[in-house]
Formats: sequence, C-alpha cells, structure tokens
Amino acid sequence: MIPELGHFALIVALFIGLALAVLPIAGAARDDAAWMGFARPAAQAQFVFVAIGFFCLMASFVNNDFSVINVASNSNSRLPLEYRIAASWGSHEGSMLLWVFMLCGWACAVSLLSKRLPLAMVARVLGVMGFISVGFLLFVLLTSNPFDRLLPPAMDGRDLNPLLQDPGMVFHPPLLYMGYVGFAVAFSFAVAALLAGRFDAAWARWSRPWTTAAWAFLTLGIALGSWWAYYELGWGGWWFWDPVENASFMPWLAGTALIHSLAVAEKRGAFKAWTVLLAIAAFSLSLLGTFLVRSGVLTSVHAFATDPTRGSFILIFLAIVIGGSLTLFGWRAGSVGFAGRFDRISRESLLLGNNVLLVAATGAVMLGTLYPLALDALGLGKISVGAPYFEAVFVPLMAPVVLLMGVGPLARWKQAPVGELAARLKWPALASVVAAVVLPLAAGRFSAMVAFGLLLAAWVFTTSVVVVLQRARGGSDQLLKQSRSFWGMVLAHVGVGVFIVGVTMVRGYETERDVKVSTGDTVVVSGWRFTFKGAQEVQGPNYVAARGIVEMQREGGGEVTVLHPEKRVYKVQGMPMTEAAIDSGWLGDRYVSLGEMLDDKTWTLRVYVKPFVDWIWGGCFLMALGGLLALADRRYRVDVKAMKTEPTPATASAVPPVEQVAT
Amino acid sequence: MKARLFVPLALFLLLAVLLAVGLTLKPREVPSPFIGKPAPAFSLAQLKTGQPAFDPAQMRGQVWVLNVWASWCAPCREEHPLLVEAARQKQVTIVGLNYKDDPRNAEEWLRKLGDPYQAIAVDRDGKVGIDYGVYGVPETFVVDREGIIRKKHIGPLTPEVWNQDVLPLIQKLKG
Amino acid sequence: MTAMKRWLLMLALAAAATTHAAEAPNVAADPALEARVNALSAELRCLVCQNQTIADSHADLAVDLKNQVRDQLKAGRSERQVIDYMTQRYGDFVLYRPPFKATTLLLWLGPALLLLVGGLLFWRSLKNSQSAAPAAAVADADARRAEQLLAADDTPR
Repeated sequence: MIPELGHFALIVALFIGLALAVLPIAGAARDDAAWMGFARPAAQAQFVFVAIGFFCLMASFVNNDFSVINVASNSNSRLPLEYRIAASWGSHEGSMLLWVFMLCGWACAVSLLSKRLPLAMVARVLGVMGFISVGFLLFVLLTSNPFDRLLPPAMDGRDLNPLLQDPGMVFHPPLLYMGYVGFAVAFSFAVAALLAGRFDAAWARWSRPWTTAAWAFLTLGIALGSWWAYYELGWGGWWFWDPVENASFMPWLAGTALIHSLAVAEKRGAFKAWTVLLAIAAFSLSLLGTFLVRSGVLTSVHAFATDPTRGSFILIFLAIVIGGSLTLFGWRAGSVGFAGRFDRISRESLLLGNNVLLVAATGAVMLGTLYPLALDALGLGKISVGAPYFEAVFVPLMAPVVLLMGVGPLARWKQAPVGELAARLKWPALASVVAAVVLPLAAGRFSAMVAFGLLLAAWVFTTSVVVVLQRARGGSDQLLKQSRSFWGMVLAHVGVGVFIVGVTMVRGYETERDVKVSTGDTVVVSGWRFTFKGAQEVQGPNYVAARGIVEMQREGGGEVTVLHPEKRVYKVQGMPMTEAAIDSGWLGDRYVSLGEMLDDKTWTLRVYVKPFVDWIWGGCFLMALGGLLALADRRYRVDVKAMKTEPTPATASAVPPVEQVAT
Repeated sequence: MKARLFVPLALFLLLAVLLAVGLTLKPREVPSPFIGKPAPAFSLAQLKTGQPAFDPAQMRGQVWVLNVWASWCAPCREEHPLLVEAARQKQVTIVGLNYKDDPRNAEEWLRKLGDPYQAIAVDRDGKVGIDYGVYGVPETFVVDREGIIRKKHIGPLTPEVWNQDVLPLIQKLKG
Repeated sequence: MTAMKRWLLMLALAAAATTHAAEAPNVAADPALEARVNALSAELRCLVCQNQTIADSHADLAVDLKNQVRDQLKAGRSERQVIDYMTQRYGDFVLYRPPFKATTLLLWLGPALLLLVGGLLFWRSLKNSQSAAPAAAVADADARRAEQLLAADDTPR
C-alpha cells in the first residue's frame, strides 16, 4: 500500500508541477493576478506531495518491504536503521527522488520567504522551478520508478554496498543535493529576469541569499564527500579528480564566481549580463553532472548502473532547459541595460578578474573531464585524463585567484588608487614571503611546493587581518557595526587559507610506512611509536571483522592511545572492507590501516602520519560557515512588520533600512 | 540583438552533440594498439603433456585465431560452443591461451565442454597476456599468415560477431 | 645462582626482550624502490576497474601490472621505459597523465587558451566601462531612479 501511495503522490506532484510551470508565467505575461497567485500555493502543495512520495520510499526501507525492487536491491533486514534510511537514496532511483525532493523543497522555501518580491517575479521564478520539476518527475515516473514491485517478494535484500554503510552516506548526498539542486533557484531568478526583461539591482539582491545558501551547502556536501573517502577507503586519499567528483566541483567553481558576480551586480549594477549567464551556467553544470553520473558516458567509481535510455532522456531534458535558457539569454540579454563605470584598478575589475580565472578553471576541469569522450567520439583514439593533468592545470589557475582574494576586499568600488592599495599590502606581502621561507625550514625540510602553498595561505591570513584592521580604524564600535555579510566574507576567505595550509602540509610532509607486524612489534613514524598487539575476531550487526589493536604513543613517552583498525567482511555481499583507525588532532592525523593476514600472529599494517590534514575539511567548513553567516545579514531578513503596513510594492523601491553597506 | 550573445548557446549545442554521440560509445573498452603489428613472440608449455612448447612463429604461413580463456571465466563458457563448432567445421585453426588458470581445472573444463584448440599454451602468471595487452577474459585475436594481428575482439564471441566480422576477415586473409 | 645459571637467565631475558620489542620490517624489500613503484603506479590506469589507478586497486590485473612495474624498475629500466612498455601493450588509455601529442594539443593548451580568451574579454570589458555613455537604452525614469539608488549605495572608503 505504502509504495502505491508514494507512487500516486508523485503523479499528483507531476500534475501540480505542470500547472505550476504554465499558469504563473503566463499570468505574469498577461498581468493576471489570479494566475500569478497560483504559484506560491502550487509550489507548497507540490512539495507536500513529493515529500509524501519520498517518505513512503523511506518507510518501505525502514519496514524492510522486500516486495519493492529498490528495497530488495539496496537493503537487508540486518542493515542498521540509519543505513536503511540512507539506502533510500543509495540507488539511482532513490537518489533521483531525493533530487526532486530537494528541488521542490527549495521551491517551497522560495514561496515562503519571498514576501517582499513582486508577485510577477515570484510567479516567474516558481514557474521555472515548476518546469524543471516536471522534467525530473517525468524522468522518475517513466524511467526510474523507485516504487516498482517485485513479485513474489524477495526473502531478504541484497544489502547496501558496504562502502556506503557509513555516517557519510547519511549526510553527504542530502547536503550535496541541497547545494547542487539549490542552484536551480539562482537559475530560475536569472530566467525570470530574462523573461521579464528587467535587471534592476534589486534582482541581484533577491537572488543573492538563495545562491549563497546553495553554495554553502554544496561546499559542505563536497567537503563531506572528500572526508568520507579519506577515512573510508583505507589509504588516505581525499580527492581523485574522478568525473563524478568533477561533476560536483564544476558547479561549485561557477557558483563561487556567481556569488562574487552577484555582489557587483547588487552594489554597482555592473556585470549583469555576465551574472545572468553565470547563474544559468552554474545550474547547467549541475544538470550536466546529473547526466554524466547516470548515463554511462564516463567511467567512474561513483557512477550508478547505467542505461542508455535514461541517458537519452536526461540529455533531451538538458537540451530543453539549457538550450532554452541560453536562447532566451541570447535574445534578451542585450536589454540588460546600464552598466556601471569603473576604473582599471577597482573592486569591480578585481572581481571581474577573479571571475575570469574561476571560469577558466571551470573550463579546464570540464575540458579534462570530457576530452576522452570527445576524442573517442571523433574516432581519434582513447585516452585517460586523471589527477596528474588536473593538478598540472588547476593550481596555476587558482593561485592568482588567491592572490586577488587578498587585494579585492581592500579595493574601493569604482576607483581604487594603486598607491593606497600598495601601502596596505606592503606588510602582508612581506609577511607572506617570510612565512614561505621560514616555515618549511622550521618543519624540517624546505620544498618549493610547500613554500608556495604557505605563501598563498599566509597572504590570505595577513590580508584578512588588514581588512579587519581597516574597518576598526574608527574604533571598536565601527568594527562591531560591520555587517554579517562582511564577517561572512572574512570567514570564508580565511577558510580558503586554512584549506591551502591543509593541502600543502599534507602533500609536503606526509609520511607512510608499510610494515609486517607480529604481536608485540613496533614501528616508529615521524616521532610516533605504534605497537601492534594482535588482532581479534569481532561480530558486527551485518559483518564479521578482524579487529587489530594498535597502541600509539609519542616517541618521548606520554599518553597511550589505542587504535582499532578493522578488516571487515560483510556477510550478504561477501565484500571485504578496510576500516582505518584514525587519531585526529589539530595538527594532524595518525592513520592506521590493517592490510593482509600473513599468518596467525602476523599482519601487514599501513601507518601514516598526515600533518594538518583536517585543515582541508576545516577550511571548507569555515567557507560554508562564512557563506551562512553572510546569508544571515540583516538586509535579507523579511521584515514582517513592514510587510503588514505597506502594500506589496511592484517596484524595487522597498529597500529595507541599511545601517552599514560594508561590502 | 548581438550575435556574440548567442555564443554560449552555440557552445552548448556542440556539447550536446558530443554527449549524444557519447551515449553510443563504449567508454570502458580498451582498443588494442596491436592491430597491424606483429603478434608478440613467446614460448610456453602446452596444456597437454608430451606436446612441444608453443610459439606463434610455428603458425607462420597460416591464418589463425588466438583465444584467451580460463576455466574460472563465465563468459568463456558462453562463447565456447561457437569455437567448438568453428573447429569442427574446420573454418580456421584455433589456438588457446589458458590465462592464469589451474591446468587441472582447465583440462576438466575442456573435457566437459569440448576442445576446439589445435594447441593450448599455458600462461600461468599472465605475463604473456600482458604482452598481448590482455585485460580480461575472454579475448580473441585474428592473426594473418605473416604473423600480424589483424583484429582483436573483447568479450565473448557471439554468432553475429563471428559471422559478420571475424569469419569474413579470416576468409579475406586466406586469400 | 651459579654463574652458568645467571648467564642462561640473561640469555633468556635477552631473547624475550628481542622477541617482544622487535622493530617491524617493511613489507617492501626496498622502500626506495617501492616509493618509485607507487609513484609510477599512481599514473597508470587499472583497466578492469571503474576509474582507479593500479596503485589503489586490488584487482588481479592491477596487482599483476604493479608487479611488472616493480620488476622492470628493479631490472634498471627508467620510468619512461616502463611507461612505454605499458602504452605499447595497452595504448594511451592506460596513462592517467595524457601524453603530449597532436590529438591532445587542445587538452594541454586549452586552459591557457581559455585564460587568454578570458583575458581578452576582461580587457574589452574594462575598456567599455571607461567609455562615456551606456550602450543600451533604458527608460529615463528608471535611469534616474537607478542613479539615486546607486548613489545611496555608494560608500566612499
């Protein structure tokens, strides 16, 4: 019953979506308030029905309903509850439903939090989102129905892939999709503006918080995925430039360019056409990613089982949505209007430079990801493009971005006198160079790569200090009055610096030992002593494991930490898995992985010491936190009192009182 | 209406065409760099005791097929009847390369399913397989009279592939 | 305790001490060679996997190829020669660092080209932003209101 209920709810959601896609936009064109007024309730109703569908699927998993094919293929009665829940998005069908759930969730949020926007704009935005939802609901219902029945029902399920039986699976897909799919809002705002033919600065202001929110969630989603790979896969790798990873990274790069571009569009009215194009691009890249992951066009460890029919469907949908929006862009972007004036050296020009570099980086990642496909399609042979390529091209493109990141916040809008900038950047530049030379030597070994990385990180930190000090010139009162938007920016930029430190230090100073240990043997790595105390057999809920006991202590003595690396075999799929044991600290991780059993008392053991590795994800977390802080800026708050006293304005004159426009 | 505003659309359409073509390709198949090149030399003991070591040079002057197989390989089981039949009809000489297998299992397998092979070279550690660019089983090579590899088929042979691609090629090579 | 017994006791203790506090030997016979093997393996594709290097994969073929790499490096071949060995047998597909040849020219030069194009657009944008009048037509009332709003927004710093 429940699966049928869920299936039916999705069909209802589809029809609501169809109405949502058509009526409000037509209403906006005809200035028909009734049709436009339909948008908000429709978006909310659609979300309710999609949610019903989504939770029906989840219920089927929780209740071990093996008469549903999806549950039988991806779950098992012995699977712990949290993973039965996560398994609802562990397959192509389930994750597609999660996609739609997120999309409709965002649309519902827009409908609830957009009281200050003109009705015509809201109608168009929700209409576009409705259109997108129709495409995906059709895709789910026609090609990827998660509610298909298996009759007679299976006795038990095939279990969730052991690699996915992890807290990472509970959080990573939802966060990632929140971000990924969230760019649909920015996209819809852009298309709505193109449809209306108006691009006042208010459009950028309304679009900004939604875009920043999606960006922050995407940052968290990607970071979590990376951290998960690090502790799950057993050898400490955290980014592989795999096509599916790139598929989520490209929207992030475009999204970063977009949030910066929106700042200029909001403040100065410049770059509007460019910003609209970026908004279309960011979501298009999300859609492209969805296609790449599910069509079988590229090989990836993350790819779902592939089916050319599904690939064709998504491609056609892609062509309609992206092709349609780009056609609209070509047709209407000419009327975008007044572009602000700015000097060669100004905050605008620096942000434009930042955008150019980020877009080039996005292009480079796309080039590397799709090039093998292009060569193969042209019959020019088969190649592989992997990490060596991406690292070679990505770093040179991003280094200037980091340098600009230090200068931008210090530059004035419209005109930034070079002398003034140079004066302010003198001591950060000096401090960075000193840090780049001294710190690697202090860490034990000088390396040009480490020096360069630390130069960039130090640049970020020192320029951030200068930016804050500059605002504090008027005393601590002035500093306290700075907007959350300002602090969000500082925090996010500092996060980038922290990230760079993490990557640089791990790459430069990571040590590894691969040893044969018998009970009682020790191995010393980078000042840490590890003693192997044997392995015991342990029963898990749905696996059996050999659990190693490793005592860890600093060479000079001190507290002993016991680590338990495991080698598990999951009973249903018979798949072996390594669970590394990690001791995390602010200054690094000690990472121990159990290898092969050579005989009764002897195992191979891999021990790593990874300095500053958690700064990688810590930095990403700070970036996301900065984004969320900027979101909470007073200027974006819905002022309920003001709403009640004024009738909804049809123009952009209802700008809330602003105390300090700092950024 | 400026033309350059349509550049993004044009670029996207190019991308869409590329992706559409991509849907028809097989991204995991590795093409062989040996087509048109001499079959690498080797000398391996044969499966059946008492036979001399096998060397591809022995096959000079004939068109022949090298079939890489193993008893632990399920798809090999699917294509085997085709090979047995082809050998029975004397369509072409088939030589087997027993890849990373246990000779006793291999013999048992052939006893049960039939033996189409004129000779069976035993590649226990897979080194010869690597020399031929083998990355999975089964794989089949067509070699001409001068010892040049003319075709490599990856995966089990099907009647369609055999009748439409392989057999005509063999007949052409035979002259 | 007699001298003999004392001596035997010390021997036994010494033996016990060594068996319980042994420094674990490396799995690899030659860690320096192994480091080279791993570095090279990280650039080679596991052909039976879904996008993994032979350094990371435990698949049979991956292990075989990694052993080949080790044997060849041990025999004194250079990294270049081992890569050639692999590409002769499996084609360019086996390399994760694409070779620099006619067909990959666009791949390797692409990012620089993108930057160039971006730079040109940037330059043009800067030039336009210095020009006197805005290009597109905007309704007069809107333009005036826009100026007012922008003036209110513009904070000198």
